[in-house]
Amino acid sequence: MTKSNSKKALLVAEIQSGTIIDHIPAGRAVKIIDLLLPPSAKNELTIGLNLASSKMSTKDIIKIHHRELSEEEANQVAIFASSATISIIRDHQLVKKFKVKIPETVSLSALRCLNPSCITNHEPMRTFFRVIKQKDGIKLHCEYCEKTFSQNEINALKVT
Amino acid sequence: MTFQANTRDIISIASLSKDEILRILVLAENLKKVPQPHLLAGTILGSCFFEPSTRTRLSFESAMHRLGGKVIGFSDASTTSTSKHEKLSDTIKIISQYVDVIVMRHPLEGSARRAAESTEIPVINGGDGTNQHPTQTLLDLFTIKECQGSLENLKIAMVGDLKNGRTVHSLAQACALFNTRLYFVSPKGLEMPQHILDDLIQMGARFSFHTAIEDVIDKVDILYMTRVQEERFTDKTEYQRLKDSFILTLDLLQRSKKENLRVMHPFPRVNEISRDIDSTPYAYYFQQARNGLFVRQAVLGIALGRLS
Repeated sequence: MTKSNSKKALLVAEIQSGTIIDHIPAGRAVKIIDLLLPPSAKNELTIGLNLASSKMSTKDIIKIHHRELSEEEANQVAIFASSATISIIRDHQLVKKFKVKIPETVSLSALRCLNPSCITNHEPMRTFFRVIKQKDGIKLHCEYCEKTFSQNEINALKVT
Repeated sequence: MTFQANTRDIISIASLSKDEILRILVLAENLKKVPQPHLLAGTILGSCFFEPSTRTRLSFESAMHRLGGKVIGFSDASTTSTSKHEKLSDTIKIISQYVDVIVMRHPLEGSARRAAESTEIPVINGGDGTNQHPTQTLLDLFTIKECQGSLENLKIAMVGDLKNGRTVHSLAQACALFNTRLYFVSPKGLEMPQHILDDLIQMGARFSFHTAIEDVIDKVDILYMTRVQEERFTDKTEYQRLKDSFILTLDLLQRSKKENLRVMHPFPRVNEISRDIDSTPYAYYFQQARNGLFVRQAVLGIALGRLS
Protein backbone atom coordinates (compact mmCIF):
# COMPACT_ATOMS: atom_id res chain seq x y z
CA MET A 1 0.00 0.00 0.00
CA THR A 2 1.37 3.44 -0.93
CA LYS A 3 1.62 6.28 1.61
CA SER A 4 -1.21 8.22 -0.14
CA ASN A 5 -3.43 5.14 -0.21
CA SER A 6 -2.88 4.41 3.46
CA LYS A 7 -3.70 8.05 4.26
CA LYS A 8 -6.93 7.67 2.29
CA ALA A 9 -7.78 4.47 4.12
CA LEU A 10 -7.36 6.22 7.47
CA LEU A 11 -9.73 9.02 6.39
CA VAL A 12 -12.62 6.81 5.26
CA ALA A 13 -12.72 3.17 6.28
CA GLU A 14 -13.49 0.38 3.85
CA ILE A 15 -16.81 -1.40 3.99
CA GLN A 16 -17.39 -5.13 3.88
CA SER A 17 -20.66 -4.92 1.99
CA GLY A 18 -22.90 -2.10 0.93
CA THR A 19 -22.83 0.95 -1.31
CA ILE A 20 -20.26 3.67 -1.83
CA ILE A 21 -21.41 6.99 -3.24
CA ASP A 22 -18.26 8.74 -4.43
CA HIS A 23 -17.48 12.04 -6.21
CA ILE A 24 -20.14 14.01 -4.43
CA PRO A 25 -19.44 17.77 -4.66
CA ALA A 26 -18.17 18.92 -1.31
CA GLY A 27 -20.91 20.01 1.03
CA ARG A 28 -23.74 17.92 -0.38
CA ALA A 29 -23.30 14.58 1.38
CA VAL A 30 -25.51 15.46 4.31
CA LYS A 31 -28.34 16.51 2.00
CA ILE A 32 -28.04 13.27 0.05
CA ILE A 33 -28.16 11.27 3.26
CA ASP A 34 -31.31 13.12 4.32
CA LEU A 35 -32.81 12.50 0.90
CA LEU A 36 -32.09 8.80 0.61
CA LEU A 37 -31.76 7.54 4.13
CA PRO A 38 -34.33 8.76 6.63
CA PRO A 39 -33.32 8.44 10.32
CA SER A 40 -35.89 5.69 10.77
CA ALA A 41 -33.89 3.46 8.42
CA LYS A 42 -31.00 3.40 10.95
CA ASN A 43 -28.41 2.67 8.29
CA GLU A 44 -24.79 2.36 9.37
CA LEU A 45 -22.90 5.06 7.53
CA THR A 46 -19.36 6.22 7.10
CA ILE A 47 -18.98 9.71 5.71
CA GLY A 48 -16.06 11.68 4.39
CA LEU A 49 -16.45 15.41 3.94
CA ASN A 50 -14.27 17.86 2.00
CA LEU A 51 -11.77 15.20 0.95
CA ALA A 52 -9.09 15.93 -1.59
CA SER A 53 -9.92 14.53 -5.00
CA SER A 54 -7.92 14.24 -8.18
CA LYS A 55 -11.10 14.64 -10.23
CA MET A 56 -12.86 17.50 -8.48
CA SER A 57 -10.58 19.38 -6.04
CA THR A 58 -12.70 18.45 -3.01
CA LYS A 59 -15.45 15.92 -2.61
CA ASP A 60 -17.68 14.17 -0.13
CA ILE A 61 -18.11 10.41 0.05
CA ILE A 62 -20.79 8.26 1.66
CA LYS A 63 -20.45 4.59 2.50
CA ILE A 64 -23.65 2.80 3.39
CA HIS A 65 -22.99 -0.44 5.20
CA HIS A 66 -25.08 -3.53 4.46
CA ARG A 67 -27.40 -1.86 1.99
CA GLU A 68 -27.25 -1.95 -1.79
CA LEU A 69 -28.91 0.98 -3.47
CA SER A 70 -30.83 0.17 -6.61
CA GLU A 71 -30.05 2.14 -9.75
CA GLU A 72 -33.34 3.95 -9.39
CA GLU A 73 -32.55 4.97 -5.83
CA ALA A 74 -29.00 5.91 -6.76
CA ASN A 75 -30.15 8.09 -9.64
CA GLN A 76 -32.09 10.30 -7.26
CA VAL A 77 -28.64 11.38 -6.01
CA ALA A 78 -27.97 12.91 -9.41
CA ILE A 79 -30.07 15.98 -8.72
CA PHE A 80 -27.53 17.06 -6.11
CA ALA A 81 -24.49 15.25 -7.46
CA SER A 82 -24.65 14.57 -11.17
CA SER A 83 -21.01 13.45 -11.19
CA ALA A 84 -21.42 10.84 -8.45
CA THR A 85 -20.35 7.24 -8.94
CA ILE A 86 -21.93 4.27 -7.22
CA SER A 87 -19.96 1.18 -6.20
CA ILE A 88 -21.71 -1.92 -4.87
CA ILE A 89 -19.48 -3.94 -2.54
CA ARG A 90 -19.99 -7.55 -1.42
CA ASP A 91 -17.50 -9.26 0.91
CA HIS A 92 -14.94 -6.55 0.18
CA GLN A 93 -15.26 -7.13 -3.56
CA LEU A 94 -16.49 -4.55 -6.03
CA VAL A 95 -19.37 -6.24 -7.88
CA LYS A 96 -20.87 -3.28 -9.70
CA LYS A 97 -19.88 0.30 -10.46
CA PHE A 98 -21.82 2.92 -12.36
CA LYS A 99 -22.22 6.65 -12.76
CA VAL A 100 -25.53 8.10 -11.64
CA LYS A 101 -27.88 9.12 -14.40
CA ILE A 102 -30.13 12.12 -14.09
CA PRO A 103 -33.66 10.72 -13.76
CA GLU A 104 -36.67 11.95 -15.71
CA THR A 105 -38.65 12.53 -12.51
CA VAL A 106 -37.99 12.75 -8.80
CA SER A 107 -40.61 11.83 -6.24
CA LEU A 108 -39.41 11.64 -2.68
CA SER A 109 -41.38 12.57 0.39
CA ALA A 110 -38.15 13.89 1.90
CA LEU A 111 -37.66 16.48 -0.85
CA ARG A 112 -39.91 19.48 -0.35
CA CYS A 113 -40.93 22.10 -2.88
CA LEU A 114 -39.39 25.56 -2.42
CA ASN A 115 -42.73 27.26 -3.03
CA PRO A 116 -44.36 27.77 0.38
CA SER A 117 -47.77 28.02 -1.29
CA CYS A 118 -47.41 24.65 -3.00
CA ILE A 119 -50.03 22.14 -1.82
CA THR A 120 -47.22 19.66 -1.19
CA ASN A 121 -46.13 21.77 1.77
CA HIS A 122 -49.61 21.64 3.29
CA GLU A 123 -50.67 18.02 2.85
CA PRO A 124 -49.04 14.74 3.89
CA MET A 125 -47.91 13.80 0.38
CA ARG A 126 -44.88 13.22 -1.79
CA THR A 127 -43.58 15.87 -4.11
CA PHE A 128 -43.23 15.14 -7.80
CA PHE A 129 -40.64 16.96 -9.88
CA ARG A 130 -39.94 16.64 -13.58
CA VAL A 131 -36.25 17.00 -14.31
CA ILE A 132 -35.28 19.42 -17.07
CA LYS A 133 -31.78 18.71 -18.32
CA GLN A 134 -29.68 21.61 -19.48
CA LYS A 135 -26.06 22.05 -20.56
CA ASP A 136 -25.04 23.68 -17.30
CA GLY A 137 -27.04 21.56 -14.88
CA ILE A 138 -30.64 20.68 -14.29
CA LYS A 139 -33.87 22.38 -13.33
CA LEU A 140 -36.67 20.81 -11.37
CA HIS A 141 -40.27 21.50 -12.34
CA CYS A 142 -42.84 20.85 -9.62
CA GLU A 143 -45.77 19.08 -11.27
CA TYR A 144 -48.12 20.42 -8.62
CA CYS A 145 -47.46 24.16 -8.39
CA GLU A 146 -45.80 24.22 -11.86
CA LYS A 147 -42.89 26.33 -10.62
CA THR A 148 -39.43 25.57 -11.96
CA PHE A 149 -36.30 25.73 -9.80
CA SER A 150 -32.73 26.38 -10.97
CA GLN A 151 -29.67 24.37 -9.95
CA ASN A 152 -28.81 26.90 -7.24
CA GLU A 153 -32.33 26.70 -5.89
CA ILE A 154 -32.22 22.90 -6.09
CA ASN A 155 -29.10 22.90 -3.96
CA ALA A 156 -31.06 24.92 -1.39
CA LEU A 157 -34.10 22.58 -1.54
CA LYS A 158 -35.33 21.53 1.88
CA VAL A 159 -34.94 17.90 2.78
CA THR A 160 -36.99 16.77 5.77
CA MET B 1 -59.38 14.21 -31.71
CA THR B 2 -61.57 12.76 -29.01
CA PHE B 3 -60.92 12.72 -25.30
CA GLN B 4 -59.97 9.66 -23.33
CA ALA B 5 -62.66 7.50 -21.77
CA ASN B 6 -65.67 9.27 -20.33
CA THR B 7 -64.14 11.67 -17.86
CA ARG B 8 -61.39 14.21 -17.91
CA ASP B 9 -59.79 16.54 -15.47
CA ILE B 10 -59.02 20.06 -16.63
CA ILE B 11 -56.18 21.17 -14.39
CA SER B 12 -53.72 23.17 -16.42
CA ILE B 13 -53.67 24.76 -19.86
CA ALA B 14 -50.19 23.27 -20.23
CA SER B 15 -51.74 19.80 -20.20
CA LEU B 16 -53.96 20.51 -23.20
CA SER B 17 -52.67 20.02 -26.73
CA LYS B 18 -53.43 22.49 -29.49
CA ASP B 19 -55.95 20.02 -30.99
CA GLU B 20 -57.70 19.59 -27.65
CA ILE B 21 -57.94 23.35 -27.17
CA LEU B 22 -59.41 23.79 -30.63
CA ARG B 23 -61.88 20.99 -30.02
CA ILE B 24 -63.10 22.64 -26.80
CA LEU B 25 -63.57 25.92 -28.68
CA VAL B 26 -65.58 24.22 -31.42
CA LEU B 27 -67.82 22.56 -28.83
CA ALA B 28 -68.28 25.89 -27.05
CA GLU B 29 -69.20 27.56 -30.34
CA ASN B 30 -71.79 24.86 -31.04
CA LEU B 31 -73.29 25.28 -27.57
CA LYS B 32 -73.46 29.03 -28.07
CA LYS B 33 -75.36 28.62 -31.32
CA VAL B 34 -77.56 25.70 -30.27
CA PRO B 35 -78.23 25.45 -26.54
CA GLN B 36 -78.57 21.95 -25.10
CA PRO B 37 -80.73 22.36 -22.01
CA HIS B 38 -80.81 18.64 -21.19
CA LEU B 39 -77.23 17.64 -21.97
CA LEU B 40 -76.23 17.15 -18.33
CA ALA B 41 -79.61 16.16 -16.90
CA GLY B 42 -79.23 13.85 -13.93
CA THR B 43 -75.76 15.08 -12.97
CA ILE B 44 -74.61 17.24 -10.10
CA LEU B 45 -71.76 19.72 -9.99
CA GLY B 46 -69.83 20.20 -6.75
CA SER B 47 -68.95 23.89 -6.74
CA CYS B 48 -66.05 23.98 -4.27
CA PHE B 49 -64.73 27.48 -3.85
CA PHE B 50 -62.29 27.57 -0.97
CA GLU B 51 -61.68 31.24 -1.68
CA PRO B 52 -64.08 33.88 -2.99
CA SER B 53 -65.01 34.18 -6.62
CA THR B 54 -67.96 35.81 -8.27
CA ARG B 55 -67.51 35.52 -12.00
CA THR B 56 -65.96 32.07 -12.23
CA ARG B 57 -68.30 30.49 -9.72
CA LEU B 58 -71.49 32.02 -11.10
CA SER B 59 -70.38 31.27 -14.64
CA PHE B 60 -69.83 27.57 -13.88
CA GLU B 61 -73.04 27.29 -11.90
CA SER B 62 -75.03 28.99 -14.62
CA ALA B 63 -73.38 26.76 -17.23
CA MET B 64 -74.41 23.66 -15.29
CA HIS B 65 -77.99 24.82 -14.74
CA ARG B 66 -78.40 25.74 -18.40
CA LEU B 67 -77.33 22.24 -19.41
CA GLY B 68 -79.95 20.68 -17.17
CA GLY B 69 -77.65 19.71 -14.33
CA LYS B 70 -77.79 20.67 -10.69
CA VAL B 71 -75.30 22.40 -8.40
CA ILE B 72 -74.36 22.03 -4.76
CA GLY B 73 -71.36 23.53 -3.05
CA PHE B 74 -69.79 26.29 -1.05
CA SER B 75 -68.09 29.61 -1.64
CA ASP B 76 -66.13 30.01 1.58
CA ALA B 77 -63.70 27.53 3.14
CA SER B 78 -64.63 28.64 6.63
CA THR B 79 -67.97 26.87 6.27
CA THR B 80 -66.31 23.55 5.47
CA SER B 81 -64.29 20.99 7.38
CA THR B 82 -61.18 22.81 6.21
CA SER B 83 -61.77 24.96 9.27
CA LYS B 84 -61.37 21.76 11.31
CA HIS B 85 -58.00 21.18 9.61
CA GLU B 86 -59.28 18.43 7.35
CA LYS B 87 -56.84 17.77 4.55
CA LEU B 88 -57.87 18.68 1.03
CA SER B 89 -57.60 15.10 -0.20
CA ASP B 90 -60.09 13.93 2.43
CA THR B 91 -62.46 16.81 1.70
CA ILE B 92 -62.47 15.94 -1.99
CA LYS B 93 -62.91 12.22 -1.34
CA ILE B 94 -66.00 12.92 0.74
CA ILE B 95 -67.52 15.48 -1.62
CA SER B 96 -66.98 13.00 -4.47
CA GLN B 97 -69.51 10.70 -2.84
CA TYR B 98 -72.24 13.27 -3.52
CA VAL B 99 -71.49 14.79 -6.93
CA ASP B 100 -70.48 13.82 -10.45
CA VAL B 101 -67.95 16.57 -11.23
CA ILE B 102 -66.05 19.08 -9.12
CA VAL B 103 -65.07 22.63 -9.97
CA MET B 104 -62.76 24.13 -7.42
CA ARG B 105 -60.89 27.28 -6.59
CA HIS B 106 -58.29 27.06 -3.85
CA PRO B 107 -55.58 29.42 -2.61
CA LEU B 108 -52.74 26.87 -2.81
CA GLU B 109 -50.90 26.11 -6.01
CA GLY B 110 -51.19 22.50 -7.11
CA SER B 111 -54.39 22.02 -5.13
CA ALA B 112 -56.45 21.15 -8.20
CA ARG B 113 -53.98 18.44 -9.20
CA ARG B 114 -54.02 17.09 -5.67
CA ALA B 115 -57.81 17.05 -5.77
CA ALA B 116 -57.81 15.24 -9.12
CA GLU B 117 -55.54 12.57 -7.67
CA SER B 118 -57.86 12.12 -4.73
CA THR B 119 -60.97 11.17 -6.67
CA GLU B 120 -62.16 9.21 -9.66
CA ILE B 121 -64.65 11.89 -10.67
CA PRO B 122 -63.45 14.72 -12.93
CA VAL B 123 -62.00 17.86 -11.41
CA ILE B 124 -61.96 21.22 -13.16
CA ASN B 125 -59.53 23.82 -11.90
CA GLY B 126 -61.26 27.16 -11.30
CA GLY B 127 -58.02 28.72 -10.12
CA ASP B 128 -55.27 27.38 -7.87
CA GLY B 129 -53.42 30.22 -6.17
CA THR B 130 -51.26 32.14 -8.62
CA ASN B 131 -50.81 29.06 -10.82
CA GLN B 132 -53.47 28.14 -13.35
CA HIS B 133 -56.97 29.16 -14.35
CA PRO B 134 -57.40 27.09 -17.50
CA THR B 135 -61.03 27.90 -18.28
CA GLN B 136 -60.17 31.62 -18.23
CA THR B 137 -57.53 30.96 -20.87
CA LEU B 138 -59.96 28.88 -22.89
CA LEU B 139 -62.61 31.59 -22.84
CA ASP B 140 -59.98 34.17 -23.75
CA LEU B 141 -58.96 32.07 -26.76
CA PHE B 142 -62.60 31.53 -27.70
CA THR B 143 -63.19 35.26 -27.57
CA ILE B 144 -60.11 36.07 -29.64
CA LYS B 145 -61.15 33.51 -32.26
CA GLU B 146 -64.69 34.87 -32.29
CA CYS B 147 -63.75 38.49 -32.85
CA GLN B 148 -60.77 37.88 -35.15
CA GLY B 149 -62.08 34.91 -37.13
CA SER B 150 -59.01 32.82 -36.35
CA LEU B 151 -56.35 32.26 -33.71
CA GLU B 152 -53.43 31.94 -36.12
CA ASN B 153 -50.76 34.58 -36.70
CA LEU B 154 -52.36 37.34 -34.65
CA LYS B 155 -50.65 40.24 -32.93
CA ILE B 156 -51.63 40.51 -29.29
CA ALA B 157 -50.51 43.03 -26.67
CA MET B 158 -50.76 42.17 -22.99
CA VAL B 159 -50.80 45.27 -20.84
CA GLY B 160 -50.43 45.97 -17.14
CA ASP B 161 -49.22 43.75 -14.31
CA LEU B 162 -47.69 40.90 -16.25
CA LYS B 163 -45.63 39.64 -13.33
CA ASN B 164 -48.47 38.65 -11.04
CA GLY B 165 -51.31 38.00 -13.45
CA ARG B 166 -51.94 34.29 -13.88
CA THR B 167 -54.35 34.99 -16.73
CA VAL B 168 -51.66 36.60 -18.89
CA HIS B 169 -49.16 33.86 -18.04
CA SER B 170 -51.50 31.11 -19.23
CA LEU B 171 -52.75 33.12 -22.20
CA ALA B 172 -49.21 33.85 -23.40
CA GLN B 173 -48.33 30.16 -23.22
CA ALA B 174 -51.49 29.21 -25.09
CA CYS B 175 -51.03 31.91 -27.75
CA ALA B 176 -47.58 30.52 -28.47
CA LEU B 177 -49.31 27.45 -29.92
CA PHE B 178 -50.86 29.65 -32.61
CA ASN B 179 -47.83 31.57 -33.87
CA THR B 180 -48.95 34.75 -32.12
CA ARG B 181 -46.68 37.78 -32.11
CA LEU B 182 -46.80 38.98 -28.50
CA TYR B 183 -46.18 42.49 -27.20
CA PHE B 184 -45.66 42.83 -23.44
CA VAL B 185 -46.46 46.30 -22.13
CA SER B 186 -45.79 46.75 -18.45
CA PRO B 187 -44.21 49.01 -15.83
CA LYS B 188 -40.64 48.28 -14.79
CA GLY B 189 -40.73 45.60 -12.14
CA LEU B 190 -43.97 44.06 -13.35
CA GLU B 191 -42.64 42.40 -16.48
CA MET B 192 -43.63 38.89 -17.61
CA PRO B 193 -41.66 36.47 -15.39
CA GLN B 194 -38.59 34.74 -16.73
CA HIS B 195 -40.03 31.22 -16.39
CA ILE B 196 -42.87 32.18 -18.74
CA LEU B 197 -40.40 33.76 -21.15
CA ASP B 198 -38.32 30.57 -21.03
CA ASP B 199 -41.41 28.55 -21.98
CA LEU B 200 -42.20 30.95 -24.81
CA ILE B 201 -38.66 30.76 -26.16
CA GLN B 202 -38.80 26.98 -26.08
CA MET B 203 -42.06 27.11 -28.02
CA GLY B 204 -40.53 29.41 -30.62
CA ALA B 205 -42.79 32.36 -29.78
CA ARG B 206 -41.91 35.90 -30.82
CA PHE B 207 -42.30 38.67 -28.27
CA SER B 208 -41.04 42.11 -27.35
CA PHE B 209 -41.13 44.41 -24.34
CA HIS B 210 -42.62 47.89 -24.17
CA THR B 211 -43.37 50.53 -21.59
CA ALA B 212 -46.25 52.36 -23.21
CA ILE B 213 -49.42 51.36 -25.01
CA GLU B 214 -48.64 54.00 -27.65
CA ASP B 215 -45.70 51.85 -28.78
CA VAL B 216 -47.96 49.02 -29.93
CA ILE B 217 -51.41 50.49 -30.59
CA ASP B 218 -51.06 50.62 -34.36
CA LYS B 219 -49.67 47.08 -34.61
CA VAL B 220 -52.02 44.81 -32.69
CA ASP B 221 -55.27 42.96 -33.25
CA ILE B 222 -56.01 42.47 -29.55
CA LEU B 223 -55.22 44.66 -26.55
CA TYR B 224 -55.48 42.44 -23.48
CA MET B 225 -55.65 44.84 -20.55
CA THR B 226 -54.96 43.97 -16.92
CA ARG B 227 -55.00 46.06 -13.79
CA VAL B 228 -51.82 47.74 -12.51
CA GLN B 229 -52.30 47.20 -8.83
CA GLU B 230 -51.11 49.86 -6.44
CA GLU B 231 -50.50 47.24 -3.75
CA ARG B 232 -47.73 45.66 -5.88
CA PHE B 233 -45.61 48.80 -5.75
CA THR B 234 -43.29 49.18 -2.78
CA ASP B 235 -42.46 52.69 -4.01
CA LYS B 236 -45.77 54.58 -4.07
CA THR B 237 -44.32 57.57 -5.91
CA GLU B 238 -43.28 55.18 -8.65
CA TYR B 239 -46.87 53.93 -8.85
CA GLN B 240 -48.13 57.51 -9.06
CA ARG B 241 -45.69 58.17 -11.88
CA LEU B 242 -46.68 55.04 -13.80
CA LYS B 243 -50.33 54.49 -13.11
CA ASP B 244 -51.61 56.62 -15.97
CA SER B 245 -49.20 55.07 -18.48
CA PHE B 246 -51.39 52.05 -18.67
CA ILE B 247 -54.80 53.58 -18.94
CA LEU B 248 -56.46 52.94 -22.25
CA THR B 249 -58.38 55.91 -23.58
CA LEU B 250 -60.61 56.27 -26.60
CA ASP B 251 -58.20 58.81 -28.10
CA LEU B 252 -55.41 56.28 -27.87
CA LEU B 253 -57.51 53.54 -29.43
CA GLN B 254 -58.48 55.76 -32.33
CA ARG B 255 -54.84 56.08 -33.34
CA SER B 256 -55.04 52.54 -34.63
CA LYS B 257 -55.99 52.08 -38.26
CA LYS B 258 -56.93 48.45 -37.69
CA GLU B 259 -60.69 47.96 -37.87
CA ASN B 260 -60.42 44.56 -36.23
CA LEU B 261 -58.75 45.91 -33.08
CA ARG B 262 -60.55 44.70 -29.98
CA VAL B 263 -59.99 45.27 -26.25
CA MET B 264 -60.25 42.45 -23.73
CA HIS B 265 -59.95 42.36 -19.93
CA PRO B 266 -60.37 39.45 -17.49
CA PHE B 267 -61.94 41.77 -14.86
CA PRO B 268 -62.20 43.13 -12.25
CA ARG B 269 -61.13 46.45 -13.71
CA VAL B 270 -60.47 49.70 -11.92
CA ASN B 271 -59.53 52.61 -14.16
CA GLU B 272 -57.31 51.00 -16.79
CA ILE B 273 -60.02 51.12 -19.45
CA SER B 274 -61.74 54.46 -19.91
CA ARG B 275 -65.50 54.01 -19.53
CA ASP B 276 -66.28 55.77 -22.80
CA ILE B 277 -64.78 52.77 -24.59
CA ASP B 278 -67.50 50.46 -23.27
CA SER B 279 -70.07 51.48 -25.87
CA THR B 280 -67.68 51.35 -28.85
CA PRO B 281 -67.00 48.37 -31.14
CA TYR B 282 -63.50 48.14 -29.66
CA ALA B 283 -64.87 46.88 -26.34
CA TYR B 284 -65.14 43.12 -26.31
CA TYR B 285 -64.76 42.44 -22.57
CA PHE B 286 -68.42 41.94 -21.78
CA GLN B 287 -68.74 39.45 -24.63
CA GLN B 288 -65.59 37.87 -23.20
CA ALA B 289 -67.29 37.39 -19.84
CA ARG B 290 -70.37 35.91 -21.50
CA ASN B 291 -68.26 33.50 -23.51
CA GLY B 292 -67.14 32.01 -20.21
CA LEU B 293 -70.59 30.45 -19.99
CA PHE B 294 -70.24 28.51 -23.24
CA VAL B 295 -66.64 27.46 -22.72
CA ARG B 296 -67.48 26.17 -19.25
CA GLN B 297 -70.47 24.33 -20.65
CA ALA B 298 -68.15 22.63 -23.12
CA VAL B 299 -65.66 21.76 -20.38
CA LEU B 300 -68.40 20.33 -18.15
CA GLY B 301 -69.82 18.32 -21.05
CA ILE B 302 -66.42 16.83 -21.83
CA ALA B 303 -65.65 16.14 -18.18
CA LEU B 304 -68.89 14.22 -17.79
CA GLY B 305 -68.44 12.31 -21.01
CA ARG B 306 -71.51 13.81 -22.68
CA LEU B 307 -69.41 15.63 -25.32
CA SER B 308 -66.34 14.40 -27.13
